[in-house]
Amino acid sequence: MSAANPSATRRRLAAHLNRRARWRWPEILFWLAILAVIFAAPSRAAIINEVLIAGLFALSLDLILGLAGIVSLGHAAFFGLGAYAAAILASKGFADPTLGLVLGAAVAAVAGLATAPLLLRGADLTRLMVTLGVSLMLGELANRNGWLTGGADGLNFSIAPVLGLFPIGFTGQRNAALYSFAVLFILFTIARRLAQSPFGLALAAIRENRLRAGALGIDTSRRIIAIYTLAAAYAGAAGALLAQTTQIVSLDLFDFHRSADVMLMLIIGGAGYLYGGLIGAAAFIVLRDVISAATPEYWEFWIGLALVILVLAGRERIGEAPRRLIALFSPRAARRGVA
Amino acid sequence: MSAPALEARGLKRNFGALIATDDVSFAVQPGARQALIGPNGAGKTTLINLLTGVIRPTAGQVLLRGRDVTGLPSSARVRMGLTRTFQINQLFPDLTPAESLGLAISERNGFGADFWRVAGNQPAIVAEIEDLLTRFGLEAELDQPTRKLAYGKQRLLEIALALAARPRVLLLDEPAAGVPEEERQDILAALAALPADVAILLIEHDMDLVFSFASRISVLVAGRLLTEGAPEEIAADERVRAVYLGEDAHG
Repeated sequence: MSAANPSATRRRLAAHLNRRARWRWPEILFWLAILAVIFAAPSRAAIINEVLIAGLFALSLDLILGLAGIVSLGHAAFFGLGAYAAAILASKGFADPTLGLVLGAAVAAVAGLATAPLLLRGADLTRLMVTLGVSLMLGELANRNGWLTGGADGLNFSIAPVLGLFPIGFTGQRNAALYSFAVLFILFTIARRLAQSPFGLALAAIRENRLRAGALGIDTSRRIIAIYTLAAAYAGAAGALLAQTTQIVSLDLFDFHRSADVMLMLIIGGAGYLYGGLIGAAAFIVLRDVISAATPEYWEFWIGLALVILVLAGRERIGEAPRRLIALFSPRAARRGVA
Repeated sequence: MSAPALEARGLKRNFGALIATDDVSFAVQPGARQALIGPNGAGKTTLINLLTGVIRPTAGQVLLRGRDVTGLPSSARVRMGLTRTFQINQLFPDLTPAESLGLAISERNGFGADFWRVAGNQPAIVAEIEDLLTRFGLEAELDQPTRKLAYGKQRLLEIALALAARPRVLLLDEPAAGVPEEERQDILAALAALPADVAILLIEHDMDLVFSFASRISVLVAGRLLTEGAPEEIAADERVRAVYLGEDAHG
């Protein structure tokens, strides 16, 4: 078959390898819909901003959990570091948001690079404990070094307009949401590209079978360190965004519940295809908002119940649903369906 | 004469009091078709793990084309031309054959850390994936997740993946293990078609396969190298018959 028409195989091969490279219209609609919501619901800008930031945070966890299969229960460490780095910079009078964002990501990246080697040995349980321990240590360091972090009081500061043009904060909540949207979109685009690159394939290989990945010459340790560092930078950027758009930081940024929440968001949305964190963040925060408005006293009970049901009902299915939806609209999948 | 493609010198490995590998020295010449046989528990797997760098020897050296690689991790040895297949499939269940091969080729080319280019946009890589798929008869399955492939096809992919690293030395760990009779021919044909310049060390239980494939056979018994020689010599060797082949094999 292929001998008679070698180019057919070649074409099928190239199409297969590039199948996720092109932006499909459900994806474009997804991003346009977010923009539309930001403009259509200015009174909800604060919660939209929170969703976007949580989505970026969950995306950063997806880079390690979804792409490389590395679990973490201490991802808030990088979120908190990024937030505090941006906040401290602003409180010292350097109020430019872009500068703070870059610094937040960079500080978190350095911490990620420094702690990544701890994740190379051991199984999932070891990693959960190590990452949890690191976040507890950082939280306590922030608590003890009040001269820099404000300790239990946290830090208040003001922030300059984005690019010197768009004021963010209480008077500019829509601008804040747009700022978060822009950062999320840019970082998502990079992550999306990365996931299809040889580097992304190598991460998939490490997730699927680390023994064989090594046997193909992949330096698995270096790849894990690289993606963990990048994920930390993303989490740091998310933290910096939260600090800048709320103009306050406090110790709860390092809290265990943040690490747990972001894991839940990713699991709700489905790990490994990058949109899961964004969908999960929206579902989680909206659910929390609706339930806590309805029953202010027992909201944690109901959200817990909802999560148990969600996960038992098959998180695979929940994760698969949007994926299948995307596949439904892709011409390739349609063709395969016919064949 | 040039240095052997792969050489073991006085390899020794203890697991506590157990001596799994005991002073093993042997060489695989460039382009060789060599087999390593031995009864269960002879230490074949330990020896492969020592050669590939999965475990470190208690004593002795491993040399690749004359270079001492004893201290190098397995990924570095792969980049120096030593790859292996696994007795139990070690594949990437959710990746497709095309992706798995593309990954291995990118890695060999040094694009492995490239995080920007899409693998399918590089014509040289696509052409090489196609070549391997065709050689191993995997074109039809190229975009199926590996876990959905028939077992025999998975065994073929196991070998194709190792070959994608363009090895100088290829260790085949029981390539036909568990393959149903009707798919066996595909494996044998794939082995026969392996590039002549690649030295191959076949670790196998199946004597028909060993004797049809190898021009030189090394016999491992209880962690020691019992004897080495041409297939006829091994078949005629009384000690080998006694410990391994049994009474009626190749009689």
